[in-house]
Amino acid sequence: MSQVAANTVSLSWYEASARQRIDALVDAGSFSEFIGPELREISPHLSIFDLPEQFDDGIVVGRGRLDGTPVLIAAQEGRFMGGAFGEVHGAKLTGLLRAAHALKEDVLILFDTGGVRLQEANAGELAIAEIMRAVIEARRAGINVVGLIGGRAGCYGGGSLIAGTCSRLIISEQGRLSVSGPEVIETNRGIEEFDSRDRALVWRTMGGKHRYLIGAADVFVDDEALAFRRAAIDALKMHGRCDVAVLEAEQARLARRLQRFGEAEDAVEIWQTLGIGSPTDLPALPTGAFLRAANDRETADDAR
Amino acid sequence: MEKLSFRLAAPRSAGGTRAQAIVGVVASGNLEVLLERSLPPDICTIDIATAAHGFGMVWDAVVRDFAARRSAGGLRISINDGGARPDTVALRLAQGVRKIEEPER
Repeated sequence: MSQVAANTVSLSWYEASARQRIDALVDAGSFSEFIGPELREISPHLSIFDLPEQFDDGIVVGRGRLDGTPVLIAAQEGRFMGGAFGEVHGAKLTGLLRAAHALKEDVLILFDTGGVRLQEANAGELAIAEIMRAVIEARRAGINVVGLIGGRAGCYGGGSLIAGTCSRLIISEQGRLSVSGPEVIETNRGIEEFDSRDRALVWRTMGGKHRYLIGAADVFVDDEALAFRRAAIDALKMHGRCDVAVLEAEQARLARRLQRFGEAEDAVEIWQTLGIGSPTDLPALPTGAFLRAANDRETADDAR
Repeated sequence: MEKLSFRLAAPRSAGGTRAQAIVGVVASGNLEVLLERSLPPDICTIDIATAAHGFGMVWDAVVRDFAARRSAGGLRISINDGGARPDTVALRLAQGVRKIEEPER
């Protein structure tokens, strides 16, 4: 067995690029990319709109080792078109998940996405459906599919739907997870419903701490590549089932959650109901104190 | 998109042995630079696709300065540009030749 070289790079997950995240996540020097930028597998749609292309179409896929174990990895680049899914971008992730199924290897998805790319919406929506199917098929075969959320673009739209199918979600305070983004809600429901420029509101509604508290994410970590690495190593040791009984239990859990918190006007009310001592102080708590305060959080997804 | 191509004489060949390197990202005011070691050691080509039209003269000055001052020989360089300023372009190109010089792991 080859020697495991622990990665000791200190790096803000939020600030890092997709390639920097992968390098800091896996065992040092173990990553090899599939369909790299030199193959120029670019979007066939962007040139129609006279928009700039990126050689990897905003997603890096490949294989590396995590604590000595081979894993397949996909990392979205949130700065290129908001990390949005297009035809090629989506196909690279679908292919990786199908490879995981065939090779019987676990998958890490480093989400950083606003959802589907508007310029190739049909292809992007189809890609989301194909990816979700591929995730479920892999999970049914016993493969772990772990999502890591802590990038600039958050994890929105179709990306959040894919995250919902993952076997485990790791999130940082900076990570945001929601189907509709702040601007989308404001546009459709008005500024009185949701002021997208109110950063505190955005973070306490969609941010990592809140998502962890209501059981939408399984693990809360610091905005640090090493923390994500340790959490990913632990997550791959879990062996959750994915069958009808588990999904029915999750449906029941979500119904209970809606009943418990459905009337809440704001996340702070939910934290109060959870029995958190001084809920308004929660956003300012450092990780250790937050995790202690979060002891009575909602149980995490039964389907994971 | 405006497409520009340069074929330049390069006095110094690129260091290291890596076959390729990539730096940067295509975003507003930013660019990605893909470097591939695939040419004779005294030649450097640079192909640019840019969202900002009409800046051919500025690109000409930046890439000529780059080829003259950095170790760029043997490199086929491809750029996707999201409207980066000339100083950002010069820094990314310099970052790219440094990256391709890094020892292979």
